[in-house]
Amino acid sequence: MFEDFDFQVIVEAGPILWQGMLITLLLTAVAIVGGILLGTVLALMRLSRFGPLSFLAGRYVDAFRSTPLILVIFWFYFAVPIVVGRPIGGLYSVLIAFTLFEAAYYCEIIRAGIQSIRRPQVHAGLALGLTPWQTMKSIVLPQAFRNMVPVLLTQAIVLFQDTSLVYVVGLKDFLTAADLVAVRDNRVVELYMFAAVVYFVLCLLGSLWVRRLKRQYAI
Amino acid sequence: MKYNWDWSVLLCRPLAADPSSTAESGTDQSTGATEFGGGLLQTFDTGAECAQPYFDWIVSGLGWTVVVAICAWVITFSIGSVVGIARTVENRWVRAAAAAYVEFFRNIPLLVQMFLWFFVLPELLPEDAGRFVKRELPLPEYWTAIVCLGFYHASRTAEQVRAGIESIPRGQTDAGLAMGLTPTQVYRYVLLPVSYRIIIPPLTSDFMGIFKNSSVALTIGVLELTAQSRQIAEYTFNIFEAFTVATVLYMMVTLIVVTAMRFVESKVHIPGTIALGGD
Repeated sequence: MFEDFDFQVIVEAGPILWQGMLITLLLTAVAIVGGILLGTVLALMRLSRFGPLSFLAGRYVDAFRSTPLILVIFWFYFAVPIVVGRPIGGLYSVLIAFTLFEAAYYCEIIRAGIQSIRRPQVHAGLALGLTPWQTMKSIVLPQAFRNMVPVLLTQAIVLFQDTSLVYVVGLKDFLTAADLVAVRDNRVVELYMFAAVVYFVLCLLGSLWVRRLKRQYAI
Repeated sequence: MKYNWDWSVLLCRPLAADPSSTAESGTDQSTGATEFGGGLLQTFDTGAECAQPYFDWIVSGLGWTVVVAICAWVITFSIGSVVGIARTVENRWVRAAAAAYVEFFRNIPLLVQMFLWFFVLPELLPEDAGRFVKRELPLPEYWTAIVCLGFYHASRTAEQVRAGIESIPRGQTDAGLAMGLTPTQVYRYVLLPVSYRIIIPPLTSDFMGIFKNSSVALTIGVLELTAQSRQIAEYTFNIFEAFTVATVLYMMVTLIVVTAMRFVESKVHIPGTIALGGD
């Protein structure tokens, strides 16, 4: 079944695929950084004693977590230009969509991480004369993030896989590039299998690394 | 921001925008007759200038989403249980095979797997089987989507099943074996009844994952809820209305499933455990 498997096609498609991979990595990196920053803010809002804040953050998370990512991508791809009033290009729409979407998931991870820190630590901080914000910043969050690193990275691997969904709006990420070449050269089997192998190797290495970190970081 | 909200478009599709009628009038020589027929339809059916409302597309999309998700879940649950149990047995080879399954399906993006099942697999199959899948199987994209989603999510469910089984203290297995149960009986009467009850919450979120990921099937041509709402957005340019309806429907189904599963969980909850702690 592999007798007419043509490796040459993949080699020739190298530059296009590499460009695509750069877009994929850019999307992943921006969504991780933006998602964790916004997710931390959301998590602090959710845990805040001030009702409206935690309500708002809660509804935000519920809304994004119950909507499929593809629908969110469509929302931003079609709606952002209307809201902004001028076309801003697919890449920016998708970057915004991924950041906001991932923030909801990171929020839940970070909230669980913060809640895993035992109460007496907060009491100790307050008893030492730190303000609640200082306690959060220098006592709770550093420990919480240390606990969370493996989960955050696992979510990053999921995110890396999810970036392939920008295919639906035709943004030229790795998979879309592979698809373009596949259709152009009529080499569907080679290109899709190559894409699968690349994703598989990267994600497997990632998850092996996470597994090692988990052992190292265990407190 | 300039945007004119117009919800009526979902309930009433203007005849001119109906792609099927314009296609007909393009090929049909007696264009007047087509219009006349359309006119009759208006007077008898709704009294307004409506063809079939776009709302029907939404309803059919939701229907397919639910059908695909439930069918895929049946596959997920079956394979996930077998693989999850296989990861906890004594035999090293069985454990390794199950672990390989999980790694394989977990580390390739769902969209790539969808393409592999739909475009690549028929090429690699023996000729007869390939032809059957490509030509003779009715609704090939729907079957492919169901199988693909099922296999993909089984890798996640398998991990939940394994975690459930491993959360039961070793002493229970030993006690079962000491009482003369065979290993199979230990699973059947001791481990599984408890672990399935423990893992209801993660299984629920797995199901919600299938439900949401069924939208990925639109890439191979399954007309589910997201696909239909995009189609409406493209035909009418009423983007906000179309996507709002889809989003609200996804949220409603999520709410219904989560509420129902809370109820199930409280019914089968094991006395003395801290299930239902909630947020």
